[in-house]
Amino acid sequence: MNKEIIFELDGLYREEFKIEGFRFGHGNKAACIVGASRGNEIQQMYICSQLIKTLKTLEEHGSIISNNEILVIPSINNYSINVGKRFWAIDNNDINRMFPGSPDGDTAKRIASAVFERVKGYNYGIQFTSFYMPGDFIPHVRMMETGYQSPSLANLFGTQYVLIRKPKPFDTATLNYNWQMNGTNAFSMYTNSTEQIDEKSARQAVSSVLRFLTRMGILKYNNHSGYIASVINDEDLLSVHTKSAGIYRRFKEPGDPVFHGDVIGEITDPYEGNVLDTIVSPTDGIIFFAHTAPMVMENAVIYKIIRRMHE
Amino acid sequence: MIEEIACIEMSVHEKMTIRKNRLMPKELTGKGKRFSLVTGIHGDELDGQYICYEVVRRINEHPEYLTGIVDVYPAVNPLGIDTGIRGIPMFDLDMNRVFPGSDSGAMAEYVAAKIVSDIIGSDLCLDLHSSNIFIKEIPQVRVNEENADKLLSYAKMLNADLVWIYSSITVLDATLAYSLNKLGVPTLVAEMGVGLRIDNDLCHQVIDGIFNLMKELGIWCGPTKNVREPLISVEGDVSVLRSDVTGIFVSGIKGLGNIQQGMCIGEVIEPISGTVLQHFESPCDGFVFTLREHPVVYKGDIIARVHGGLHE
Repeated sequence: MNKEIIFELDGLYREEFKIEGFRFGHGNKAACIVGASRGNEIQQMYICSQLIKTLKTLEEHGSIISNNEILVIPSINNYSINVGKRFWAIDNNDINRMFPGSPDGDTAKRIASAVFERVKGYNYGIQFTSFYMPGDFIPHVRMMETGYQSPSLANLFGTQYVLIRKPKPFDTATLNYNWQMNGTNAFSMYTNSTEQIDEKSARQAVSSVLRFLTRMGILKYNNHSGYIASVINDEDLLSVHTKSAGIYRRFKEPGDPVFHGDVIGEITDPYEGNVLDTIVSPTDGIIFFAHTAPMVMENAVIYKIIRRMHE
Repeated sequence: MIEEIACIEMSVHEKMTIRKNRLMPKELTGKGKRFSLVTGIHGDELDGQYICYEVVRRINEHPEYLTGIVDVYPAVNPLGIDTGIRGIPMFDLDMNRVFPGSDSGAMAEYVAAKIVSDIIGSDLCLDLHSSNIFIKEIPQVRVNEENADKLLSYAKMLNADLVWIYSSITVLDATLAYSLNKLGVPTLVAEMGVGLRIDNDLCHQVIDGIFNLMKELGIWCGPTKNVREPLISVEGDVSVLRSDVTGIFVSGIKGLGNIQQGMCIGEVIEPISGTVLQHFESPCDGFVFTLREHPVVYKGDIIARVHGGLHE
């Protein structure tokens, strides 16, 4: 393993900001894995740390197939993690909305540019990322429909689901999108946690990446073959909105099957405790996303259900 | 007439309501035009608050001069303004990155869709901004080059010092202005001042421009002031000075405006060592239209923009 500094920036009264990369093997730029880009993506950084730990052992045992280089960057934003902010700690810019960045631009754009210059050119790019709403997903691999996406490759991670999403305007400044436009097969991996560490889904995520790297001929590693993924489109997901606001009790977890008419949650008055609204599933399907925060506003998305899919 | 555009119940016994004030002549002919004035997408930008107040006050003072409809939306991100937070507080989400929104989307997208749908039908929309807490801007109108042909004549009416025509950047596709222009409502973006402050002089300059614009549109027939001829700038006409170091910026000029080549714009200093880390001079005779306001700078931060100089 070789450790490298990808970007450095002087702090005012803080230590230097450094982005550290961990390189395994050598030769062709085979795969690059990027973890936390936001200060609350603790699970994403943790998964990378577990991946680095495993890759170290695999490299020592000669399990990285020759002429393959793997780069892992566990965090591109430790400055924000350390002060408990989600976005760039100084001006609140979201680095994952700054790609491909600019070497002459604002600080966040310079960070994005330095990262992109280092991570571009790999055959495969994997980013662990998070959703802006508080909630849990079924662990899945997500690709943007750029015309360059390859769901069959995404299937090789062995996760249960692969989600294809049409990019919205703000997506075009993400690492995933720019990777794809630059010729890298890019995947975003969502696990079912962000701010808390979920060991089980972290282990699954590490296994998925190792499985993928093995299947692409980059690693020698023997693990469970995983699932043959169901490929779903974003528009196949039905959003369930709240009609009231208050304290939210959720009755279903990601992965749970639901049937039309099932009671899947309720909202109670935050002061008097009476039930204000009972949330009923509008369709048969499987819960793909479930809101986690204890409070909800009116019109919040509390579930996303894969329509007409059964266990 | 104050109307509700969107209302969302919040978690604990409170509603978030987005309102507009519709001002119209006593008798509608059906031929009058409609102008929408929008502000408060970013909760830390407050000049628009005073501008909305003054526009409404002047129209109420002389309703006889009003010959069309004026819709004033003073706070499209009301929670941001109340809490002094730039984005939407619960999600840390920049509201100007979710347009045109979606009726079936989550709260921010839903509200954005309601706002867009309400503005559609206007003959012109003006979206007022106050930079951010980091940099101060001279009153300027920003026009995407895609829409420059359509918008430039309106932009010149606003009494701004500068009209800046910039190239299309993909992330701006999700702004209110870009979305409305795509949907057929000519929309200008005006920037002025600095975040979390109200600069009366700058506000009055823009207010004069708004009444002039309304007069040109045929919405206002009262007296108006002559407006200044703005500098028209494309990106190549602008020198952007950025800090190469991290430190504390101390301005060397009193404010925005004309500058001669070689004049000191300011310095980045290091307090603990008592040293100057970087000295900034104007690269040309020109016009400083952006100046660093927040003293803490990191490498890459903007110090100033000067119209008339070297290319970035």
